[in-house]
Amino acid sequence: MGTQRPVIELTDIRKTYGMDGNAVHALRGVSLTVPTGDYVAIMGASGSGKSTLMNIIGCLDVPTTGRYLLDDVEVEHLSDRQLALVRNRKIGFVFQSFNLLPRTTALDNVELPLVYAGVGTTERRKRARAALELVGLSERMHHKPQELSGGQQQRVAVARALVTAPSLILADEPTGNLDSTSSSDVMALFDRLHRAGRTIVLITHEHDIAEHAERAIRLMDGQIVSDERNGERGWISEQHTVRHGSAR
Amino acid sequence: MRFREVFRFAFAGLRANKLRSALTTLGILIGVGAVILLVAVGKGSGAQVQANIDKLGTNLLEVSRQAGGFGARASRNTGTQSSVSALTLADAQSLVDPVNAPDVLDEAPVVTASPTATYDGATHQIAQLVGTYPAYLTATNWQIAEGSAITDDDVNQARKVIVIGQTVATDLFGTADPVGQQVMINSVPYTVEGTLQAKGSSGLQDADDFAIAPLTTVQDSLSGFGSLSQIVVQAKSAGATTAAQNEITSILTSRHHLSATASPDFRVLNQQSLLATSSSTTHTFTVLLGAVAAISLLVGGIGITNIMLVTVTERTREIGIRKALGAPRAAILGQFLVEAVMLSLIGGALGVAAGLIGTRFTVAGVKPVIVPASIALAFAVSALIGLFFGSFPANRAAKLHPIQALRHE
Repeated sequence: MGTQRPVIELTDIRKTYGMDGNAVHALRGVSLTVPTGDYVAIMGASGSGKSTLMNIIGCLDVPTTGRYLLDDVEVEHLSDRQLALVRNRKIGFVFQSFNLLPRTTALDNVELPLVYAGVGTTERRKRARAALELVGLSERMHHKPQELSGGQQQRVAVARALVTAPSLILADEPTGNLDSTSSSDVMALFDRLHRAGRTIVLITHEHDIAEHAERAIRLMDGQIVSDERNGERGWISEQHTVRHGSAR
Repeated sequence: MRFREVFRFAFAGLRANKLRSALTTLGILIGVGAVILLVAVGKGSGAQVQANIDKLGTNLLEVSRQAGGFGARASRNTGTQSSVSALTLADAQSLVDPVNAPDVLDEAPVVTASPTATYDGATHQIAQLVGTYPAYLTATNWQIAEGSAITDDDVNQARKVIVIGQTVATDLFGTADPVGQQVMINSVPYTVEGTLQAKGSSGLQDADDFAIAPLTTVQDSLSGFGSLSQIVVQAKSAGATTAAQNEITSILTSRHHLSATASPDFRVLNQQSLLATSSSTTHTFTVLLGAVAAISLLVGGIGITNIMLVTVTERTREIGIRKALGAPRAAILGQFLVEAVMLSLIGGALGVAAGLIGTRFTVAGVKPVIVPASIALAFAVSALIGLFFGSFPANRAAKLHPIQALRHE
């Protein structure tokens, strides 16, 4: 793995909210490298700092200190405008609550990042159709979000994340609002994308979702407490295995 | 990111809330429409006053008698005698003087009466019969409709001839031709020489309930040879009326032996200064109407701010999504600003249409006169209002932090 070029390279990332007196340290020195093509699950209880980490990886927020290289671009000191550009070009977001624009067709939703990238209408349409085809929704591209099921909405969101061919797909609890059937549909989609060579970072607190990934990183109190590859000893969690009474 | 896309997003945003957009537009519509209509009404009433004064003759000065003040009495030192000296024919003739009154073109002495006219059983009380010289007609802007005017010969020989106004003609003769007919004026037979063109009513008075006869004839049979009621003076041009007024004042002051400080026993009425006064009055009126309308436009603008603020709050999540997907601040700012400007421009365009339709009707007895500048101004102001009142909410939207915006429920 070490031979591959890293997509994400975090070095001693710290994030502090608030003033000196009652400062909250959300991240206390996180270092992490994600090579191209990796499939990583970031796990942790609420308050562990995983949302903060996801915001920083997603360039929605900047770290207080530390160094962040995204695709060889140093992003920790970028301006708002430059961060918007990086988000547009390098990151495809998938959110827990889908976050599609209401009253807007699936096709228009998928086109949206391309609009901000300045892609022309014809090219945009072509690429958005291809992305929707990839997630198996070419039949429903003219439907609006309220006319689609949760699973379908999330697949539209995945298509939207894919359409700009980003360096990184960042999914924040992508199955959190889905039933088990839709969940496995969406996770099958991520698995397929991984096999196609995409770099995927999943934020989740569900073990069975994290099991899809190649690598699991556990956060606690703003620090990485474990970083394990699929198949290694202790993969995912002992407690999980015990609780469910069955080994993988 | 092209401007067309910003426009498309803005339009979609407006369409998403049609009723709200329509009501916000209404505020601007009313404001712009009111500016155009009320300025047109102000302008129309000004034009109406101007037209009325034009009908009376803009070169016209009227000299009439007036009770003198204390100064006049003291200076004349006549004790028991009446303080008001008569305006005489000699006074009138003294006004045509190329040396002392170079700005006076002509004068016409006037005596008035209100006699009863009878013709073939029909009776009509003439509101004003003027005994005067032929110059009166040109000075006061009367045109002959049929027949001819009175002549200097008629005056010199005191012929019993009369020129009648349209109201008098219709009342006495109906549809028949009055020219050459004999009418009885207070039982004295007069020959109708001509009729006057209608001037229409100005205010409460019917200007056409009017007749003109030679001065000498009227003095003979109706008014007697006392004081003149009036001297009508025609200045050489509309611009020379003020100079003419001063010349008349100085000639009559010396003829009536008045001291410079005494209040005069005559009064010179200048139509031109009347016109100036009335046009400044209507100007004030127009400005006031425009100001009222401008306030309603301002209120409409505040309505846009209000609605855009609500919209931005409501669509915080959408803004968060757009930002997460890489919309730069300028794109968000542009989208909401264009939304606000579209609201105000649509309102402005409809307001112009409403204003133009409104000015086709007579408003409070005034025929509005459209001022093209007011249309351009109201429309431009409505666009600026969109920019100005939209910039605060749009800026608020652009400054939203993507994480907070995404968390917004």
